[in-house]
Amino acid sequence: MADKLHFSLVSPARELFSGEVDHVIAPGTDGEFGVLVNHAPFMTTLKNGVVRVLDGDTVSMRLFVRGGFADVTPAGLTILAEEAVNLASVDAAVVQKDMDALRQTILAEGKDSGKVEALEEEYSYLEDLKAAL
Amino acid sequence: MSGLKELKNRIGSVKSTQKITKAKQMVAAAKLRRAQEAAEASKPYATRMANVVANLTAGMTEGAGGPKLLAGTGNDQTHLLIVMTAERGLCGGFNANTAKLARQTIQALQGDGKTVKVITVGKKGREALKGEFEDLFVDHVDMSQAKDKFTPFAIGLGKDLSKRYDDGEFDIATLIFSEFKNVLTQTPKTMQMIPATAPEDAETIDLNGAIYIYEPSEPEILEELLPRYLNTQILSAMLENAAGEQAASMTAMDNATRNAGELIDSLTLQYNRARQAQITKELIEIISGAEAL
Repeated sequence: MADKLHFSLVSPARELFSGEVDHVIAPGTDGEFGVLVNHAPFMTTLKNGVVRVLDGDTVSMRLFVRGGFADVTPAGLTILAEEAVNLASVDAAVVQKDMDALRQTILAEGKDSGKVEALEEEYSYLEDLKAAL
Repeated sequence: MSGLKELKNRIGSVKSTQKITKAKQMVAAAKLRRAQEAAEASKPYATRMANVVANLTAGMTEGAGGPKLLAGTGNDQTHLLIVMTAERGLCGGFNANTAKLARQTIQALQGDGKTVKVITVGKKGREALKGEFEDLFVDHVDMSQAKDKFTPFAIGLGKDLSKRYDDGEFDIATLIFSEFKNVLTQTPKTMQMIPATAPEDAETIDLNGAIYIYEPSEPEILEELLPRYLNTQILSAMLENAAGEQAASMTAMDNATRNAGELIDSLTLQYNRARQAQITKELIEIISGAEAL
């Protein structure tokens, strides 16, 4: 293991991770893919899911991303996520609470409101997030 | 006596003004730190995004179709200007400078016979341009409820722009905002957003002749990427603007505090002189009265 893969994960709010790792597995729209060092140039869109960072054979970090892009260049892997959280810092109870609150808002808005679609999307994101925990 | 009383009142009122400006300066300084941090934190994403767009567009052959957001409408008749200013005043020339650039840009475009439409973001710019260009306004984004959360506003505006563009409402969209250089300098700047252009300073990565693999396909990725790139550009402009506003406000309030201090000094001097003169006058009156006896 002489070479390491440079991996950075950024969201519009901040840079969540930047550093050298062995292996990253990310949820592409067309399926999950793994990136090792010296991967060929590759670009894909991402779906909601878990990005796993591996050191050796053990998963050292799990991050949940909400859509975005992955860009592999000779310089390394960059993931541009719309939104991303480190799963280690997420509390299932809090997510459940947010989900309940959101469900209430959706019910209160009623079917006619134009907001429901966006709220439903938010809800399914939280559902995915909870499932990943 | 009335002169003395008046002076004393004035000193009091200037002192309370100074307290207010001092407080505003400190508030702005605290907000500036937060705004600056937010702007800094969003930079990596914006830079990477710009690099990815630069990479993708470099691979695309000139004018070979591509999404409309990138290729343009093939026309440059209708220009849409998005003028981004602050919601509040009391920040020196910050809003006025942006409005001035907007005015010049509008006049230059109109001089060339182009049609100009304007979307204002932030109340102050709207007020400044209302007199001359009210008939050009097509929309206004009210940021007063934004507080520190700009993302929904950026995404909203981005969606709105894409929709207007698809409806053929304009050919070229340009953003006018204040670039945050440092605490002392914010320069108004224009940036073309649609058709999308990669910034000149973006690094294009040398692939050593390797070929990119796209998944799904290149057009589909671009289709997804460009609206996001648009949102990112709007968001970073908003963040820079917010930081600039606080910096300008801090500088302006600092100046006001200093001016008030100078005014207080000179008024105090005047007051002491008048008091001294009064005492001297009274003494002379007493002494000459005693001498007359």
